[in-house]
Amino acid sequence: MTTTSPYDVQPGDRVHRRDPVVVDRHSSFVRVNHWTTVITMLLLWASGFALFHPSLYFLAGLFGSGENAREWHPWLGLVLFVAFYGLFFRFWRACLFAGEDSRWLAGLPKVMAGGDEERLPEVGRFNAGQKMFFWIMAIMVIIMLVTGLAMWDQYFYDYTTIEQKRIMVLIHSVVAVLVVCGVIVHVSMVIWERGTLQAMTRGYVTGGWAWKHHRKWLRELVTGGRVGP
Amino acid sequence: MANFEFVLPPAPTTNIKVAFGEGDLVARSASSVPPPAKQLTPVAKLIDVSKCIGCKACEVACLEWNNLRHPIGINTGSYNIPPDLDPNIFTVMRFTEWVNPETKNLEWLIRKDGCMHCVDPGCLKACPAPGAIVQYSNGIVDFDHEKCIGCGYCVRGCPFNIPRISRNADQPKAYKCTLCSDRVAVGQGPACAKSCPTHAIVFGTKDEMKKHAEGRIKDLKSRGFSNAGLYDPPGVGGTHVMYVLAHADKPEIYAGLPKDPKISTVVEIWKGLFKYAGFIAIGGLAAVSVLHQVIAGPNRVSRADEDNAKRLAGSDKK
Repeated sequence: MTTTSPYDVQPGDRVHRRDPVVVDRHSSFVRVNHWTTVITMLLLWASGFALFHPSLYFLAGLFGSGENAREWHPWLGLVLFVAFYGLFFRFWRACLFAGEDSRWLAGLPKVMAGGDEERLPEVGRFNAGQKMFFWIMAIMVIIMLVTGLAMWDQYFYDYTTIEQKRIMVLIHSVVAVLVVCGVIVHVSMVIWERGTLQAMTRGYVTGGWAWKHHRKWLRELVTGGRVGP
Repeated sequence: MANFEFVLPPAPTTNIKVAFGEGDLVARSASSVPPPAKQLTPVAKLIDVSKCIGCKACEVACLEWNNLRHPIGINTGSYNIPPDLDPNIFTVMRFTEWVNPETKNLEWLIRKDGCMHCVDPGCLKACPAPGAIVQYSNGIVDFDHEKCIGCGYCVRGCPFNIPRISRNADQPKAYKCTLCSDRVAVGQGPACAKSCPTHAIVFGTKDEMKKHAEGRIKDLKSRGFSNAGLYDPPGVGGTHVMYVLAHADKPEIYAGLPKDPKISTVVEIWKGLFKYAGFIAIGGLAAVSVLHQVIAGPNRVSRADEDNAKRLAGSDKK
């Protein structure tokens, strides 16, 4: 077949005719990249939330002291920015919105309430919820970077006025809370959809999982000849 | 000794209780303190701008008492040297050449800038490090460098642009005037007040200082400064460093002294409302997520899904 790959299929995606069928979903590179963002983000939360509220100041103990938490946080932020944008440039094309996304979103509430997922249109590698999370995070990471640099007094004190610094720190903390909210939903969905987590731990999912949640993607792989033993 | 008219009365420093400490805290950053058993007499430094001759003795005394060293700066053609407060300069004279539009007189306004020791300190409100900023019941707001983490939040909290972070040190910390808390604790006035040759800076109880200011304001008014007054801004609950200004109606002319300083609304939202909103958002969403898992039950892949996948992949007809 000479057809070009659909927009959302990744180079490593492959269906294996086993029992049950196994579908390669995330390469080891993607998984390392993803878990780097996870670990970095958890450390950012610990060091950031230590300064967010006195009741969480004990989290600074993970870094040895409040000074260390303060010093580490911006560097961790830079690591997160690079790691996240590693994922971004890999997946942005696959996260472009498609025709079925609005219908999928419209039908989502009933499915969330326990309804049959067969009501939803078939979706590609990522569903509309994942795509929204992806783009929202992409924007929020940029906002966190810009406002974070404005808070990094050791290097960037002179670039903003004090009034701007006040606004920056408020935006930084508001968006930080939104990031946490986004990640709560992200993780919650991974737990809810059994069989999803192994895509990020072992790199593959079962055929049934792909059939149920990303059938269009599974069809693309099969029709694209990405099938092997 | 001849009774020269300009012989100055001694700076009033009576009636100040000494030896205050942890038990006298009324506020402590990012933490709470039990109400103090006794209330110290509020103290205040009064800076009479109209009497200041710009000699910088206070700057020198401050450096000397606090054992600070500062590299020799650059002359930018102004008396305003050093040009700004910094981690090693807790007080600085700000020189302004102002032409009075009514009299056409050039007035050389010299304001000694430094921490105002607010009753409602924005730095303390913004500080995330427990105990790094403390307020004593005598009004002194002090930084504890052992606990300071150098985050610079106090810079954002302060309505007067006072705290400075040492940036190039191994461990950044915030610095500002301490009102010579260590001197006051042993019954002395601040070093700047002690050194002031014209008694433009005096130190005593806040009541004494207000009374002293009244006399000065009356004198200024009698000499034609009808708008002379005391700068003790109510927006921050009053301050323990006050100014006598010949033009109290327009404090901005004194190198940008804010007319109605108060803690920025942005800081109030950040440190007030948003802390609760953030916890409610995160906690609420986490609770909803858990409830969703429990109520909707897990979304499992069925045997039929696996069979459908097999059929699609063609592994069933091998």
